[in-house]
Amino acid sequence: MTEGFLTQYGSEIATLTLEHLWLTGAAMLFATAIAVPSGIWLTRSPQWAKPIIGLANVLQTIPSLAMFGFLLPLPWLGDRAARIAILALTAYALLPILRNTYAGIRSIDPAVIEVARALGLTNSQRLFKVELPLAASVILAGLRTATVTCIGIATIAAAVGAGGLGELIFRGVASVDNRLVLAGAIPAALLALLADGALGLLEHRMRIPSSESST
Amino acid sequence: MNASIEFRGLCFATSQGRLLLDNISLAIEEGTTTAVLGRSGSGKTTLLRTVNRLVEPTSGDVLLQGKSVQAFEVIALRRNIGYVIQETGLFPHFTVERNVGLVLEAEQCPRLERIERSHDLLKAVGLDPAAFASRFPHQLSGGQRQRVGLARALAAEPDFLLMDEPFGALDPLTRREMQDMLRGILDRMNRTALLVTHDLDEALYLAHRIVLLKEGKVIANLAPEEFMNSSHPEIDAYIRAFHRGERGIAANEGFQMRRS
Repeated sequence: MTEGFLTQYGSEIATLTLEHLWLTGAAMLFATAIAVPSGIWLTRSPQWAKPIIGLANVLQTIPSLAMFGFLLPLPWLGDRAARIAILALTAYALLPILRNTYAGIRSIDPAVIEVARALGLTNSQRLFKVELPLAASVILAGLRTATVTCIGIATIAAAVGAGGLGELIFRGVASVDNRLVLAGAIPAALLALLADGALGLLEHRMRIPSSESST
Repeated sequence: MNASIEFRGLCFATSQGRLLLDNISLAIEEGTTTAVLGRSGSGKTTLLRTVNRLVEPTSGDVLLQGKSVQAFEVIALRRNIGYVIQETGLFPHFTVERNVGLVLEAEQCPRLERIERSHDLLKAVGLDPAAFASRFPHQLSGGQRQRVGLARALAAEPDFLLMDEPFGALDPLTRREMQDMLRGILDRMNRTALLVTHDLDEALYLAHRIVLLKEGKVIANLAPEEFMNSSHPEIDAYIRAFHRGERGIAANEGFQMRRS
C-alpha cells in the first residue's frame, strides 16, 4: 500500500520539496542581504538598535496565517503567490539574523576592537578582517534559527497558493487523508533537521577557540 | 631640545562634563622613555590615547615632531605609533604570525616579506618563531601573549610607542623578564615611548623621565633620581604608598635607575 502511495505521489513530493526549498532559500537570501548590513549599521549607530530590533520583533509576532492574509490584497505583488510567500518568509527571517549580527559584533572583546583601531586598520579592514570573522559563528546561529523557522512557516504558504510541502498537508486535512498530511509533514521536518544540522556544523567550525586562562 | 611628543594645554572633558585632563603641557624628548604614574582615574590612559587620536581632546593639542596630530591622516598617524595594552587585544582568530604581521598585511606588504618580518620580531621579543608562529593566542601564556602584543606594535617600525600598563597582569617574575626585554628593545631601537604604569620600580627601571599625574594635572616631570629625592608632598605620598611608608628603598637596594 505504501509503495502504491509513493509511486502515485513520489514525483509530486519531490517537486513540492524543491518548491519548498526555493521559497525558503529565496527568503533567506533576501533576509540575509537586508539583515546583516542592517545589523552592522546598528553597531555603528547603537541608538537605533532598540527601535529597529523592536520593529523586527513585532514582525515576528504576527501569526503566519494572518501575515499571508495581510499580504494577499497588495496589488504590486500581482498574481504571483510565490512572491507573497517569499516576502512573508523574509519578514520572519529578519529578526534572528539582525539580532545576532548586532549582538555578535557587540560582544567582541573591546580591547580587540580598540587595538584594531590603534593599529591603523581602516573601517572596512576592521569589519572584514576582525569584526565579521569574530562574529561569524553568532551570525550563523541567527541564520540557522531563521532557516529552521522559515522551513516550518513555508508550509503555511500553500494557504495562499504558493505551493511547497504545505500543499500536501492542506490537501490531506481537507480530504481527511493522514497519509497526505504525513507526505507533506515528514519531508518538511527532514528539511528542517538537515538545515539545522548542516548550519550547526558550519557554525561550530566558525567558532573561535577562547583561552582557557584569562589574561 | 627636540620635543618629539608635545602636549600643549591639553584638556579633555567627558560628555558628562568630568574633566579628565586639565591643561596638560609636557614635552617629551625624542628617543626617550617617559613613565606616567598616578592613581587610577588620574588621566594616564586618556593622555596616552590622545596621541593616537583614540581620544580627541576638548581643547589644546598634541604635537609629534612639531606637527599637530590633527594634521596627520588618522590611519597613517596610527600606523606610525605602536600601541600595547594590558589586555593585549590579540586577534583570537589569527595565528601569532598573522597577529604580528597584520599592520603589514593592511599595508599590502607581500606575504613572504611579512612572514620574514614577523619572525624577526618574534625573535626580538624572545619567542622562537619555529615554536610560536603558527600558534593561536589562546595557546599562549599571559607573558607570551604580551610579547606577541609588543612584537605586533613594533611591526610597522613606528617612531613612537605607547604602552598602557603592558605588564600589569603578569606575575612578578615574568614581569621582570619582560621589563629586561623591553629595556633592551627600547635602547636598541631608540623609539620615543610613553609608558603608563602603576609600578614605581618599573618606571625607575625603564624611564628617562617620570611624570606624576593627579586629577588630570601634571604634578611632576622629573628624572628618576630627582623623583626619588623629591620632597614634593604628592611624590612623597606616592613613594611611601608604594614602599609601605619607607623612603629610599629603591635607592638602597640598588634598583637600576635610568640616568638621562
